[in-house]
Amino acid sequence: MSNFKILMNGIVKENPTFVLLLGMCPTLGTTSSAINGLSMGIATMFVLILSNLIISLIKNLVPDMVRIPSYIVVIASLVTVLQMLMQAYVPGIYATLGLFIPLIVVNCIILGRAEAFAAKNNPVASIFDGIGIGLGFTMALTLLGLVREFLGTGVIFKSDDFGIPGLTLQGEQFGMLMFVLAPGAFIALGYLIAIVNKIRKA
Amino acid sequence: MKKLKSSLTNMALVLTIIAVVAGAVLASINAMTAPQIEKINADNLAAGIKKVMGSDDINVAEPQEKTATIAGKEKTFTVYNVTDKQGQNLGCAVKTSENGFGGELQVLVGFDPTGTILGYTILQHAETPGLGAKAGLWFQPENGEKRTVVGKNPGQCNFTVSKDGGDIDAITASTITSRAFLQAIQNAYDEIIVKPTDGTTGATEQSK
Repeated sequence: MSNFKILMNGIVKENPTFVLLLGMCPTLGTTSSAINGLSMGIATMFVLILSNLIISLIKNLVPDMVRIPSYIVVIASLVTVLQMLMQAYVPGIYATLGLFIPLIVVNCIILGRAEAFAAKNNPVASIFDGIGIGLGFTMALTLLGLVREFLGTGVIFKSDDFGIPGLTLQGEQFGMLMFVLAPGAFIALGYLIAIVNKIRKA
Repeated sequence: MKKLKSSLTNMALVLTIIAVVAGAVLASINAMTAPQIEKINADNLAAGIKKVMGSDDINVAEPQEKTATIAGKEKTFTVYNVTDKQGQNLGCAVKTSENGFGGELQVLVGFDPTGTILGYTILQHAETPGLGAKAGLWFQPENGEKRTVVGKNPGQCNFTVSKDGGDIDAITASTITSRAFLQAIQNAYDEIIVKPTDGTTGATEQSK
Protein backbone atom coordinates (compact mmCIF):
# COMPACT_ATOMS: atom_id res chain seq x y z
CA MET A 1 0.00 0.00 0.00
CA SER A 2 1.47 3.34 -1.00
CA ASN A 3 1.85 6.07 1.58
CA PHE A 4 -0.76 8.21 -0.13
CA LYS A 5 -3.24 5.36 0.04
CA ILE A 6 -2.50 4.93 3.75
CA LEU A 7 -3.17 8.63 4.23
CA MET A 8 -6.50 8.58 2.40
CA ASN A 9 -7.43 5.34 4.13
CA GLY A 10 -7.43 7.13 7.49
CA ILE A 11 -9.41 10.08 6.21
CA VAL A 12 -12.11 8.28 4.22
CA LYS A 13 -12.19 4.49 4.29
CA GLU A 14 -11.33 4.03 7.93
CA ASN A 15 -12.37 7.39 9.31
CA PRO A 16 -12.07 6.84 13.07
CA THR A 17 -15.25 8.67 13.99
CA PHE A 18 -17.65 7.94 11.15
CA VAL A 19 -16.53 4.44 10.15
CA LEU A 20 -14.54 2.81 12.95
CA LEU A 21 -16.66 4.52 15.62
CA LEU A 22 -13.63 4.79 17.90
CA GLY A 23 -12.93 7.54 20.41
CA MET A 24 -16.55 8.47 20.97
CA CYS A 25 -15.92 10.03 24.39
CA PRO A 26 -13.79 12.98 23.22
CA THR A 27 -15.90 13.17 20.06
CA LEU A 28 -19.09 13.79 21.99
CA GLY A 29 -17.48 15.73 24.83
CA THR A 30 -15.34 18.33 23.06
CA THR A 31 -17.40 19.23 20.02
CA SER A 32 -19.61 21.91 21.54
CA SER A 33 -18.02 24.30 19.04
CA ALA A 34 -16.04 23.98 15.83
CA ILE A 35 -12.89 25.51 17.29
CA ASN A 36 -12.95 23.16 20.28
CA GLY A 37 -13.35 20.16 17.98
CA LEU A 38 -10.53 21.38 15.76
CA SER A 39 -8.12 21.93 18.67
CA MET A 40 -8.92 18.53 20.15
CA GLY A 41 -8.39 16.88 16.76
CA ILE A 42 -5.00 18.52 16.31
CA ALA A 43 -3.87 17.61 19.84
CA THR A 44 -4.91 13.99 19.24
CA MET A 45 -3.17 13.94 15.86
CA PHE A 46 0.08 15.10 17.47
CA VAL A 47 0.00 12.22 19.96
CA LEU A 48 -1.11 9.74 17.30
CA ILE A 49 1.71 10.52 14.87
CA LEU A 50 4.41 10.32 17.55
CA SER A 51 2.99 7.23 19.22
CA ASN A 52 2.72 5.44 15.86
CA LEU A 53 6.31 6.38 15.06
CA ILE A 54 7.75 5.32 18.41
CA ILE A 55 5.77 2.11 18.61
CA SER A 56 6.72 1.03 15.10
CA LEU A 57 10.38 1.72 16.00
CA ILE A 58 10.30 -0.36 19.18
CA LYS A 59 7.86 -3.06 18.02
CA ASN A 60 10.52 -5.77 17.75
CA LEU A 61 12.08 -4.94 21.09
CA VAL A 62 8.84 -5.39 23.01
CA PRO A 63 7.85 -8.99 23.88
CA ASP A 64 4.27 -9.78 22.92
CA MET A 65 2.98 -10.41 26.42
CA VAL A 66 3.93 -6.95 27.71
CA ARG A 67 3.16 -4.97 24.58
CA ILE A 68 -0.05 -3.35 25.88
CA PRO A 69 1.52 -1.92 29.07
CA SER A 70 4.55 -0.78 27.06
CA TYR A 71 2.39 1.00 24.50
CA ILE A 72 0.32 2.62 27.23
CA VAL A 73 3.45 3.97 28.91
CA VAL A 74 4.62 5.43 25.59
CA ILE A 75 1.22 7.02 24.89
CA ALA A 76 0.76 8.35 28.42
CA SER A 77 4.23 9.91 28.37
CA LEU A 78 3.52 11.61 25.06
CA VAL A 79 0.23 13.01 26.34
CA THR A 80 1.89 14.31 29.50
CA VAL A 81 4.62 15.95 27.41
CA LEU A 82 1.94 17.54 25.23
CA GLN A 83 0.07 18.75 28.29
CA MET A 84 3.15 20.39 29.81
CA LEU A 85 4.17 21.99 26.52
CA MET A 86 0.67 23.38 25.92
CA GLN A 87 0.41 24.71 29.46
CA ALA A 88 3.73 26.49 29.07
CA TYR A 89 3.53 27.84 25.53
CA VAL A 90 -0.12 28.03 24.46
CA PRO A 91 -1.98 28.73 27.73
CA GLY A 92 -5.05 29.96 25.79
CA ILE A 93 -5.71 26.62 24.11
CA TYR A 94 -4.76 24.80 27.28
CA ALA A 95 -7.38 26.74 29.21
CA THR A 96 -10.05 25.67 26.71
CA LEU A 97 -9.08 22.03 26.41
CA GLY A 98 -7.37 21.47 29.77
CA LEU A 99 -9.93 18.97 30.93
CA PHE A 100 -9.77 16.86 27.78
CA ILE A 101 -6.03 16.65 27.19
CA PRO A 102 -5.35 13.90 29.78
CA LEU A 103 -8.24 11.96 28.27
CA ILE A 104 -6.25 11.50 25.05
CA VAL A 105 -4.42 8.67 26.88
CA VAL A 106 -7.56 6.57 27.00
CA ASN A 107 -8.64 7.47 23.47
CA CYS A 108 -8.94 4.04 21.89
CA ILE A 109 -8.00 5.36 18.45
CA ILE A 110 -4.42 5.76 19.58
CA LEU A 111 -4.01 2.33 21.15
CA GLY A 112 -6.10 0.89 18.34
CA ARG A 113 -3.77 2.26 15.65
CA ALA A 114 -0.73 1.17 17.66
CA GLU A 115 -2.05 -2.40 17.72
CA ALA A 116 -3.60 -2.56 14.28
CA PHE A 117 -1.05 -0.62 12.27
CA ALA A 118 2.13 0.60 13.93
CA ALA A 119 2.98 -2.79 15.46
CA LYS A 120 2.94 -4.40 12.00
CA ASN A 121 4.33 -1.74 9.69
CA ASN A 122 7.50 0.28 9.15
CA PRO A 123 8.01 3.73 10.75
CA VAL A 124 7.35 5.77 7.59
CA ALA A 125 4.06 4.03 6.83
CA SER A 126 3.12 4.41 10.51
CA ILE A 127 3.67 8.15 10.38
CA PHE A 128 1.42 8.38 7.33
CA ASP A 129 -1.20 6.29 9.08
CA GLY A 130 -0.98 8.66 12.08
CA ILE A 131 -1.41 11.70 9.85
CA GLY A 132 -4.30 10.09 7.95
CA ILE A 133 -6.23 8.90 10.98
CA GLY A 134 -5.43 12.15 12.79
CA LEU A 135 -6.74 14.25 9.90
CA GLY A 136 -9.81 12.05 9.64
CA PHE A 137 -10.47 12.51 13.35
CA THR A 138 -9.82 16.27 13.20
CA MET A 139 -12.13 16.72 10.24
CA ALA A 140 -14.88 14.66 11.82
CA LEU A 141 -14.64 16.59 15.10
CA THR A 142 -14.61 19.95 13.34
CA LEU A 143 -17.61 18.98 11.22
CA LEU A 144 -19.56 17.75 14.23
CA GLY A 145 -18.59 20.87 16.22
CA LEU A 146 -19.64 23.04 13.28
CA VAL A 147 -23.08 21.44 13.00
CA ARG A 148 -23.69 21.58 16.74
CA GLU A 149 -22.46 25.16 17.08
CA PHE A 150 -24.57 26.28 14.12
CA LEU A 151 -27.75 24.62 15.32
CA GLY A 152 -27.11 25.47 18.96
CA THR A 153 -26.04 29.10 18.73
CA GLY A 154 -26.40 30.23 15.11
CA VAL A 155 -22.75 31.29 14.96
CA ILE A 156 -19.82 29.24 13.67
CA PHE A 157 -16.09 29.27 14.46
CA LYS A 158 -16.59 31.53 17.46
CA SER A 159 -14.01 31.34 20.22
CA ASP A 160 -13.94 33.57 23.26
CA ASP A 161 -10.52 32.29 24.27
CA PHE A 162 -8.89 33.38 21.03
CA GLY A 163 -11.13 36.43 20.60
CA ILE A 164 -12.52 35.20 17.28
CA PRO A 165 -15.98 36.69 16.73
CA GLY A 166 -17.09 33.91 14.37
CA LEU A 167 -19.52 33.96 11.47
CA THR A 168 -23.15 34.64 12.23
CA LEU A 169 -25.29 32.57 9.89
CA GLN A 170 -28.63 32.93 11.54
CA GLY A 171 -30.08 35.00 14.34
CA GLU A 172 -28.79 33.92 17.74
CA GLN A 173 -32.34 33.83 19.02
CA PHE A 174 -33.00 30.76 16.85
CA GLY A 175 -30.26 28.75 18.54
CA MET A 176 -31.43 25.41 19.85
CA LEU A 177 -29.50 25.07 23.07
CA MET A 178 -29.99 21.30 23.11
CA PHE A 179 -27.42 20.89 20.34
CA VAL A 180 -24.67 22.37 22.48
CA LEU A 181 -25.62 20.00 25.30
CA ALA A 182 -24.96 16.25 25.42
CA PRO A 183 -28.20 15.02 23.77
CA GLY A 184 -27.52 17.21 20.75
CA ALA A 185 -24.11 15.59 20.42
CA PHE A 186 -25.66 12.14 20.07
CA ILE A 187 -28.34 13.32 17.65
CA ALA A 188 -25.95 15.28 15.45
CA LEU A 189 -23.40 12.46 15.45
CA GLY A 190 -26.06 9.90 14.49
CA TYR A 191 -27.23 11.95 11.52
CA LEU A 192 -23.69 12.72 10.41
CA ILE A 193 -22.71 9.03 10.49
CA ALA A 194 -25.78 8.17 8.43
CA ILE A 195 -25.07 10.90 5.87
CA VAL A 196 -21.35 10.13 5.60
CA ASN A 197 -21.98 6.41 5.16
CA LYS A 198 -24.61 7.06 2.51
CA ILE A 199 -22.15 9.24 0.56
CA ARG A 200 -19.29 6.78 1.09
CA LYS A 201 -21.25 3.83 -0.28
CA ALA A 202 -22.69 5.72 -3.21
CA MET B 1 15.44 -8.18 13.52
CA LYS B 2 13.51 -10.95 15.23
CA LYS B 3 10.90 -10.17 17.83
CA LEU B 4 12.04 -10.69 21.41
CA LYS B 5 10.63 -13.76 23.17
CA SER B 6 8.19 -13.30 26.04
CA SER B 7 10.55 -14.73 28.64
CA LEU B 8 10.40 -13.37 32.17
CA THR B 9 13.80 -11.65 31.95
CA ASN B 10 12.98 -10.07 28.60
CA MET B 11 9.64 -8.74 29.81
CA ALA B 12 11.03 -7.35 33.05
CA LEU B 13 13.96 -5.80 31.24
CA VAL B 14 11.88 -4.18 28.50
CA LEU B 15 9.28 -2.77 30.88
CA THR B 16 12.01 -1.38 33.15
CA ILE B 17 13.83 0.26 30.27
CA ILE B 18 10.63 1.79 28.87
CA ALA B 19 9.61 3.11 32.29
CA VAL B 20 13.06 4.59 32.94
CA VAL B 21 13.25 6.26 29.53
CA ALA B 22 9.70 7.64 29.86
CA GLY B 23 10.51 8.93 33.35
CA ALA B 24 13.66 10.64 32.13
CA VAL B 25 11.89 12.28 29.21
CA LEU B 26 9.06 13.53 31.43
CA ALA B 27 11.48 14.84 34.05
CA SER B 28 13.48 16.81 31.50
CA ILE B 29 10.37 18.27 29.82
CA ASN B 30 9.02 19.17 33.24
CA ALA B 31 12.29 20.90 34.17
CA MET B 32 12.07 22.78 30.90
CA THR B 33 8.45 23.93 31.19
CA ALA B 34 7.97 24.35 34.96
CA PRO B 35 9.53 27.86 35.22
CA GLN B 36 7.49 29.00 32.22
CA ILE B 37 4.23 27.61 33.67
CA GLU B 38 4.98 29.21 37.01
CA LYS B 39 5.67 32.52 35.30
CA ILE B 40 2.37 32.33 33.40
CA ASN B 41 0.47 31.59 36.60
CA ALA B 42 2.16 34.46 38.45
CA ASP B 43 1.53 36.82 35.51
CA ASN B 44 -2.10 35.74 35.36
CA LEU B 45 -2.51 36.41 39.06
CA ALA B 46 -0.83 39.81 38.91
CA ALA B 47 -2.87 40.78 35.84
CA GLY B 48 -5.96 39.36 37.52
CA ILE B 49 -5.49 41.51 40.63
CA LYS B 50 -5.07 44.63 38.48
CA LYS B 51 -8.15 43.68 36.48
CA VAL B 52 -10.42 42.99 39.44
CA MET B 53 -9.34 46.14 41.27
CA GLY B 54 -9.95 48.17 38.13
CA SER B 55 -6.64 50.01 38.33
CA ASP B 56 -3.05 49.56 37.17
CA ASP B 57 -1.42 51.87 39.72
CA ILE B 58 -1.61 49.66 42.73
CA ASN B 59 0.60 48.15 45.38
CA VAL B 60 -0.26 44.62 46.28
CA ALA B 61 0.62 43.47 49.79
CA GLU B 62 1.96 40.01 50.54
CA PRO B 63 -0.81 37.42 50.29
CA GLN B 64 -2.44 36.22 53.48
CA GLU B 65 -4.12 32.88 53.85
CA LYS B 66 -7.31 32.54 55.79
CA THR B 67 -9.26 29.37 56.41
CA ALA B 68 -12.85 29.06 57.52
CA THR B 69 -15.32 26.24 57.87
CA ILE B 70 -18.41 26.86 55.76
CA ALA B 71 -21.24 24.33 55.69
CA GLY B 72 -18.96 21.72 57.20
CA LYS B 73 -16.21 22.18 54.64
CA GLU B 74 -12.90 23.87 55.15
CA LYS B 75 -12.32 26.70 52.71
CA THR B 76 -9.11 28.58 52.14
CA PHE B 77 -9.12 32.20 51.03
CA THR B 78 -6.06 34.05 49.85
CA VAL B 79 -6.31 37.76 50.51
CA TYR B 80 -4.25 40.39 48.69
CA ASN B 81 -4.67 43.77 50.32
CA VAL B 82 -4.36 46.52 47.77
CA THR B 83 -3.39 50.16 48.18
CA ASP B 84 -2.81 52.88 45.62
CA LYS B 85 0.58 54.53 45.18
CA GLN B 86 -0.22 57.07 47.90
CA GLY B 87 -0.86 54.26 50.35
CA GLN B 88 -4.60 54.72 50.46
CA ASN B 89 -6.59 51.55 51.07
CA LEU B 90 -8.41 50.43 47.94
CA GLY B 91 -9.80 47.23 49.34
CA CYS B 92 -8.64 43.74 48.63
CA ALA B 93 -8.59 40.98 46.05
CA VAL B 94 -9.65 37.59 47.36
CA LYS B 95 -8.97 34.21 45.82
CA THR B 96 -11.91 31.99 46.62
CA SER B 97 -13.19 28.69 45.35
CA GLU B 98 -16.28 26.52 45.23
CA ASN B 99 -17.19 23.24 43.56
CA GLY B 100 -18.75 23.98 40.21
CA PHE B 101 -20.26 21.59 37.71
CA GLY B 102 -17.04 19.93 36.60
CA GLY B 103 -14.71 20.53 39.53
CA GLU B 104 -13.13 23.34 41.46
CA LEU B 105 -14.08 26.81 40.30
CA GLN B 106 -11.47 29.32 41.40
CA VAL B 107 -12.50 32.97 41.37
CA LEU B 108 -10.46 36.08 42.07
CA VAL B 109 -12.77 38.85 43.19
CA GLY B 110 -11.96 42.46 44.05
CA PHE B 111 -13.81 44.25 46.86
CA ASP B 112 -13.61 47.91 47.78
CA PRO B 113 -13.36 48.62 51.55
CA THR B 114 -17.16 48.54 51.93
CA GLY B 115 -17.50 45.17 50.21
CA THR B 116 -18.80 46.36 46.84
CA ILE B 117 -17.47 44.18 44.04
CA LEU B 118 -15.01 46.00 41.80
CA GLY B 119 -14.39 43.16 39.39
CA TYR B 120 -13.75 39.47 39.09
CA THR B 121 -11.89 36.95 37.01
CA ILE B 122 -11.93 33.16 36.82
CA LEU B 123 -8.49 31.77 37.65
CA GLN B 124 -9.16 28.09 37.16
CA HIS B 125 -12.14 26.00 36.23
CA ALA B 126 -13.24 22.67 34.81
CA GLU B 127 -16.67 23.72 33.57
CA THR B 128 -18.27 22.54 30.33
CA PRO B 129 -16.76 24.34 27.32
CA GLY B 130 -19.39 26.53 25.68
CA LEU B 131 -21.63 26.53 28.76
CA GLY B 132 -20.32 26.95 32.30
CA ALA B 133 -16.94 27.99 30.94
CA LYS B 134 -18.58 31.27 29.88
CA ALA B 135 -18.59 32.42 33.52
CA GLY B 136 -15.47 34.50 32.85
CA LEU B 137 -17.43 36.79 30.53
CA TRP B 138 -21.06 36.35 31.55
CA PHE B 139 -21.02 38.32 34.80
CA GLN B 140 -18.96 41.24 33.47
CA PRO B 141 -20.54 44.72 33.65
CA GLU B 142 -20.87 45.23 29.87
CA ASN B 143 -23.61 42.59 29.81
CA GLY B 144 -26.05 44.78 31.68
CA GLU B 145 -27.39 45.21 35.17
CA LYS B 146 -29.28 41.92 35.31
CA ARG B 147 -26.24 39.78 34.66
CA THR B 148 -23.30 41.53 36.19
CA VAL B 149 -21.98 41.14 39.72
CA VAL B 150 -19.69 44.15 39.41
CA GLY B 151 -20.88 47.14 41.39
CA LYS B 152 -23.08 44.99 43.60
CA ASN B 153 -22.54 44.40 47.28
CA PRO B 154 -23.32 40.84 48.42
CA GLY B 155 -24.44 42.21 51.77
CA GLN B 156 -26.95 44.66 50.29
CA CYS B 157 -28.65 42.72 47.53
CA ASN B 158 -30.07 39.31 46.99
CA PHE B 159 -26.88 37.68 45.85
CA THR B 160 -28.24 34.52 44.25
CA VAL B 161 -29.42 33.51 40.78
CA SER B 162 -32.87 34.67 39.71
CA LYS B 163 -34.09 31.06 39.64
CA ASP B 164 -33.51 31.01 43.43
CA GLY B 165 -35.21 34.39 43.84
CA GLY B 166 -32.04 36.43 43.56
CA ASP B 167 -31.01 39.51 41.60
CA ILE B 168 -28.60 37.95 39.12
CA ASP B 169 -29.39 36.11 35.90
CA ALA B 170 -27.64 32.74 35.73
CA ILE B 171 -25.66 31.62 32.69
CA THR B 172 -28.07 30.00 30.24
CA ALA B 173 -28.12 26.23 30.90
CA SER B 174 -25.42 26.54 33.58
CA THR B 175 -27.30 27.24 36.77
CA ILE B 176 -24.99 25.01 38.80
CA THR B 177 -21.91 26.87 37.65
CA SER B 178 -23.62 30.19 38.32
CA ARG B 179 -24.65 29.14 41.83
CA ALA B 180 -21.11 27.99 42.61
CA PHE B 181 -19.70 31.22 41.26
CA LEU B 182 -21.99 33.42 43.36
CA GLN B 183 -21.47 31.21 46.41
CA ALA B 184 -17.69 31.57 46.07
CA ILE B 185 -18.01 35.35 46.10
CA GLN B 186 -20.56 35.30 48.92
CA ASN B 187 -18.23 33.17 51.04
CA ALA B 188 -15.35 35.53 50.40
CA TYR B 189 -17.55 38.46 51.38
CA ASP B 190 -18.81 36.79 54.55
CA GLU B 191 -15.41 35.64 55.71
CA ILE B 192 -13.14 38.48 54.66
CA ILE B 193 -15.27 41.63 54.61
CA VAL B 194 -17.93 41.02 57.24
CA LYS B 195 -16.14 38.96 59.90
CA PRO B 196 -14.16 41.09 62.34
CA THR B 197 -10.56 40.76 61.39
CA ASP B 198 -7.91 39.40 63.70
CA GLY B 199 -5.50 42.15 62.85
CA THR B 200 -3.50 40.18 60.32
CA THR B 201 -6.04 39.68 57.56
CA GLY B 202 -9.03 41.49 56.23
CA ALA B 203 -9.90 44.36 54.00
CA THR B 204 -10.67 46.84 56.73
CA GLU B 205 -7.12 46.87 57.92
CA GLN B 206 -5.36 50.08 57.00
CA SER B 207 -2.16 49.43 55.10
CA LYS B 208 1.07 51.13 55.80
